[in-house]
Amino acid sequence: MTAPGRLDARLAELRRAQRKALVTFITAGDPVPSATVPALHALVRGGADVLELGVPFSDPEAEGPAIQRSSERGLAQGMTLRGCLDLVRAFREDDDATPVVLMGYLNSVLAMGETRFAEAAAEAGVDGLIMVNLPPEEAGSLQAALDRQGIRLIFLVAPTTTPERARRILDAASGFVYYVSLKGITGADHLDTAAVGEKLKWLRGLTELPVMVGFGIKDGASARAVAAHADGAVVGSALVRIMAECADDPASIAGRLTDQAREIRAALDAPGR
Amino acid sequence: MRGANRYDQPVNGHFGEHGGRFVAETLMHALEELESLYEAARQDPEFQAELRSDLEHYVGRPTPLYFAERLTRELGGAQVYLKREDLNHTGAHKVNNTVGQALLAKRMGKPRVIAETGAGQHGVATATIAARLGLQCRVYMGAEDVQRQSLNVYRMKLLGAEVVAVESGSRTLKDAMNEAMRDWVTNVDDTHYIIGTVAGPHPFPAMVRDFQSVIGQETRAQSLQTFGRLPDALVACVGGGSNAIGMFHPFIDDADVRLIGVEAGGLGLATGQHAAPLSAGKVGVLHGNRTYLMQDDDGQIVETHSVSAGLDYPGVGPEHSFLKDIGRAEYAAVTDDQALAALRLLNRCEGILPALESSHAIAWVAEHAAALGADQIVVVNLSGRGDKDIMTVAKLDGIAL
Repeated sequence: MTAPGRLDARLAELRRAQRKALVTFITAGDPVPSATVPALHALVRGGADVLELGVPFSDPEAEGPAIQRSSERGLAQGMTLRGCLDLVRAFREDDDATPVVLMGYLNSVLAMGETRFAEAAAEAGVDGLIMVNLPPEEAGSLQAALDRQGIRLIFLVAPTTTPERARRILDAASGFVYYVSLKGITGADHLDTAAVGEKLKWLRGLTELPVMVGFGIKDGASARAVAAHADGAVVGSALVRIMAECADDPASIAGRLTDQAREIRAALDAPGR
Repeated sequence: MRGANRYDQPVNGHFGEHGGRFVAETLMHALEELESLYEAARQDPEFQAELRSDLEHYVGRPTPLYFAERLTRELGGAQVYLKREDLNHTGAHKVNNTVGQALLAKRMGKPRVIAETGAGQHGVATATIAARLGLQCRVYMGAEDVQRQSLNVYRMKLLGAEVVAVESGSRTLKDAMNEAMRDWVTNVDDTHYIIGTVAGPHPFPAMVRDFQSVIGQETRAQSLQTFGRLPDALVACVGGGSNAIGMFHPFIDDADVRLIGVEAGGLGLATGQHAAPLSAGKVGVLHGNRTYLMQDDDGQIVETHSVSAGLDYPGVGPEHSFLKDIGRAEYAAVTDDQALAALRLLNRCEGILPALESSHAIAWVAEHAAALGADQIVVVNLSGRGDKDIMTVAKLDGIAL
């Protein structure tokens, strides 16, 4: 299956089954490149529906310390955007169903060239792209290049986004909408689930696209709390911390990731409240 | 007084292909708000009067345009004038901008300001104006720069600011800027980020330029008064490029005036150990804007090197990138050694200790004045004084103070 088939099909399937999506994030090459593909498979085994793979960048200005360090570890291992695409290609040898979304900063893509990136990413089996520092106002040429390859450019909506901006973002959005649950950086510890609920009600009234919530979600309980008002939850820093803890013993990563994903999966799937 | 010209307002925040607004969504609304608030302030006579009054009575403007007679004789060519931004309160041009932005923060009702700093001049200028207006102030500074510029660190603390040493990445100015962005995204409701240079997301490059343009406007008027015509060339150092754009901008439409920006050549462009993106960089996106950057083939920002902390930055203001592309300004690089020699030269000829940053502009003139001929008039922007650099220079001389 090819993009956008894979991502849209998975999201439609989840909606039909009235299941919340578990979206996971890890950084490519962290702590070693050979750990990434087994880690992705391990997350799928634990119940991940969509995989975000972080592209390490030297200046990750929206990330908290956990993902900053994962990015530094990836770069220290020589990880590049091209290397990320190789990892996705390797993942696809055993999994042609789970959508993979690359997440990172625009300069990585610009250095390769927008068109060249879009072609290479589609060929490797990438389904979507999240660019942290690319608002829709500046996204025109990259979006066109990705559209030609059927790759979804996923935009973020923040607590500070005004109704007028939300309409502009949603006009450009495809795949899903990423709602940033708090004013802050990834892995922050001031998530207010009640406030998030209010915002999500408003946002979901504006779009048919699935809305995933991320930033500050660290376990099953917080994932369940925010996902109650959304289509799914994104877990990143919590998983990346596991990668850091296992840096000296990469063989133990897969098992621990599967366990963590399972715990969150179970919380998302638990009936009623 | 002239100053307005066709480049005043970037189109949707773009200077040609450069500039723009590449930030996390969380900051977009704050930038839109800042843009409209600044636009209103720009046209508000009351705001402009308040700004002018602060510049005159608190900063000490206008600064002199000084004829460097002995230096001119020593170099044996063009007549060299110095625009004495080193005589501003706090010792550099940086305060022109912080005074303006702090007035904006007050208008927005934001009780807290943050800043990034390299050499510490912008941090000091921010802490200074924060003290005067009773604003809470936190300054981010790369851990390596905290070492290099301990004098300014202590000075900021005396002013009541909190100084955070940034340990991530290369531990210099770019990392301080990353950390300031992270702070802003978290505290956007009550905090204004006073960016110290003409980089960052729109409207910062245009706004900081406007606040710094007082340098060029005064230079224009003083030139007409002092030697009855415009200078033949303006020379200024370029890190982010705020002192240079402030000097250049009011002259952009004067095609006969050469605009020369001098980047930090570090150990030499050929070594790769420098901070000269206009001379040897590639276009990319960092810190909210598209511009020339020092980066590798994978788009990773590479570590820069300069003896001067204030120029040790891998990017440059987008308007400079634009002026380079259209050929209106020229950009050159001088090495650490040339800058250090220029620092000594100005001390001995004129009794002026320039900042290491400004010494780069002096170094360019030292190299080229003789070839220019005695009828040529060159104005160098002496953007800051060098007291903060005494430790660095003494260390190079093998002297422990």
